[in-house]
Amino acid sequence: MNGETHKRPTRWHIAVFLAPAVLVYTAIMILPLFGTLQLALFKEIDKELVFVGIDNFKTLFGDPRWSESFWNALRNNTWFFVVHMLVQNPIGILLAALLSSPKLRMAAYYRTAIFIPTILSFVIVGFAWKLILSPLWGVAPTLLDAVGLKSLFAPYLGKEEYALTTLSLISVWQFVGIPMMLIYAALLSIPDEILEAAECDGITGMAQFWRIKLPLILPSIGIISVLTFVGNFNAFDLIYTAQGALAGPNFSTDVLGTFLYRTFFGFQLQLGDPNMGSAIATAMFVIILCGVCIYLFGIQTRLRRYQF
Amino acid sequence: MKTRTFALALLGTTVLAGNQALAQDVTLTIESWRNDDLAIWQETIIPAFEAANPGIKVQFTPSAPAEYNAVLNSKLDAGSAGDLITCRPFDASLALYDDGHLADLTDLGAMANFSDVAKSAWQTDDGSATFCVPMASVIHGFIYNKDAFAELGLEVPGTVDEFFAALDKIKEDGTYIPMAMGTNDQWEAATMGYNNIGPNYWAGEKGRLALINGEEKLTDEQWVAPYRQLAKWGEYLGDGFEAQSYPDSQNMFTLGRAAIYPAGSWEISGFNTQADFEMGAFAPPVQNAGDTCYISDHTDIAIGLNAASPNADAARTFLEWVGSPEFASLYANALPGFFSLNSSPVAMEDPLAQEFVSWRDKCESTIRSTYQILSRGTPNLENETWNASANVIRGAETPEDAGKRLQEGLASWYEPQQ
Repeated sequence: MNGETHKRPTRWHIAVFLAPAVLVYTAIMILPLFGTLQLALFKEIDKELVFVGIDNFKTLFGDPRWSESFWNALRNNTWFFVVHMLVQNPIGILLAALLSSPKLRMAAYYRTAIFIPTILSFVIVGFAWKLILSPLWGVAPTLLDAVGLKSLFAPYLGKEEYALTTLSLISVWQFVGIPMMLIYAALLSIPDEILEAAECDGITGMAQFWRIKLPLILPSIGIISVLTFVGNFNAFDLIYTAQGALAGPNFSTDVLGTFLYRTFFGFQLQLGDPNMGSAIATAMFVIILCGVCIYLFGIQTRLRRYQF
Repeated sequence: MKTRTFALALLGTTVLAGNQALAQDVTLTIESWRNDDLAIWQETIIPAFEAANPGIKVQFTPSAPAEYNAVLNSKLDAGSAGDLITCRPFDASLALYDDGHLADLTDLGAMANFSDVAKSAWQTDDGSATFCVPMASVIHGFIYNKDAFAELGLEVPGTVDEFFAALDKIKEDGTYIPMAMGTNDQWEAATMGYNNIGPNYWAGEKGRLALINGEEKLTDEQWVAPYRQLAKWGEYLGDGFEAQSYPDSQNMFTLGRAAIYPAGSWEISGFNTQADFEMGAFAPPVQNAGDTCYISDHTDIAIGLNAASPNADAARTFLEWVGSPEFASLYANALPGFFSLNSSPVAMEDPLAQEFVSWRDKCESTIRSTYQILSRGTPNLENETWNASANVIRGAETPEDAGKRLQEGLASWYEPQQ
């Protein structure tokens, strides 16, 4: 620095520092994304890729067989998401509220214990729960028997009516730590003055949670909902490990992820069809994009923010 | 430049020498997905061949089963694949032949040692060209717990009625679960269920070919009847069979908790080490005593010649040997449960394997009905059959509905069925 030159130097460092992220992100996210979109517009006819426009989408939504599988997967996916929204997030908020209570002892222990499943691999979670719920060697039937509730046990993962809900709840068990942590952080960031002021006005206990804390953590809940939405509509691993690529029984646990996998890579004697697979991937992308847009423009802009 | 010319000249002379079959060693490389069998090839099979054919060395270079098809395809495209290629059955190998990667082996002398059924998995659709030498097949049937049968005073069932009578008796007694199978993984229901008992109904090859030609439909009685039998299986399976997986069933049987196991012969070596009771096997029961029995003797593995191999002559010598009774005996004894497809009888030591293979003399052989041609389109008939068989056993779909659904699916893309 000589301080003599007044001409402002080109700020190369910005570009240099941005470059790695931009390059890596472009190479492994943006290019493949456009590659997929492009692949969805082609079709292999006599071993040659031919541009067919939106033919693949016409097949996907027009052909009764394809569209039935697609809507079935979308329906299951929606239910998977609904279970998470109704069970995972309220429980996460409840746990966070309990954890942030100053009277709770061993809070750090609970926090860690509840968060640990989140860092486990899907494969471990899938197999562990499959064993727990196994009608042959699982602990679930034995435990229920011990308390005289054996009649409540069913081979949950093998019944069409229960399998998807069971898998959703397993996933809830695994990921409940994430909303808990985010809400916990949001609750901790609420300044004590506000709570004290509330107390002065006579708002304590449950009323304080509903009328003071909850409105203040709403933006965090919004973010969690979007994360849950994106995560659930991209779900694949748990269902694949627990039920296989055919997502049995009778496709009752088939989500868009497993449907895409079967189509794109093929399964057993079925050869992979990258073009139809890309069409499904594109449909998934559009669904997730719509969901996120609804949140961004419809909900987030209306959320009131409080400056402390 | 000079060295290169020299090298080319050298190469040229080597090729010439090879062609003239001088005392120049040729090394053949085998591509395979059977990495489990590496020791068997290196210690038993290859030494036997090299002893009989001095001047030809063989290397077995397997890759992981799940990667095999992809690895092989890229090697073939790059021209670096081995001289001999282990062939998957049906469409995967047919595609390699169509792309010119596999040589036509129809004129190989050893081909005479194989029946048409044995060769069908590695032929063009019209059967005019065969491109791989069949190595082994797996046979379906039922393995049973001999001790349990003796304890309950049961006879080995020969007809469907006897089969269900035996199941009833085991169920009544309550010591054993009558049959070990689950529907969680779906494929057992189709492979060890539908395609195991089915050939007795559709008369093996006759029905299978009629289905391919469009003369029979999946809604015909002979194709729906096996589903009707499967529908009755549900009540003889263990509690919660809906969530029982394939390894669960294997353990259930080898731990002695179940009396009968709908099986494929590939289970033999595993069961031999796991189970501490005596096992027997019986073929799928026929409807009436004295009926011709049909078994699923499914062609599973073969070996072909890389069309670009520079050592084609030596490779053909090797393939002739693979088609010989000597190889058949070596292979079948090293891997009980993988049966030689060779027409000449093979003496095997394993009693359970002997029992399985003895059905070839009594019964007519066929392969799984969905494997040839019929699983080329979408919806895929094999995958649909998994789903339908599991549904029928669980009672979620009636046999007639299952047949109707599969027929509609097949007819939607397969012309002869339209």
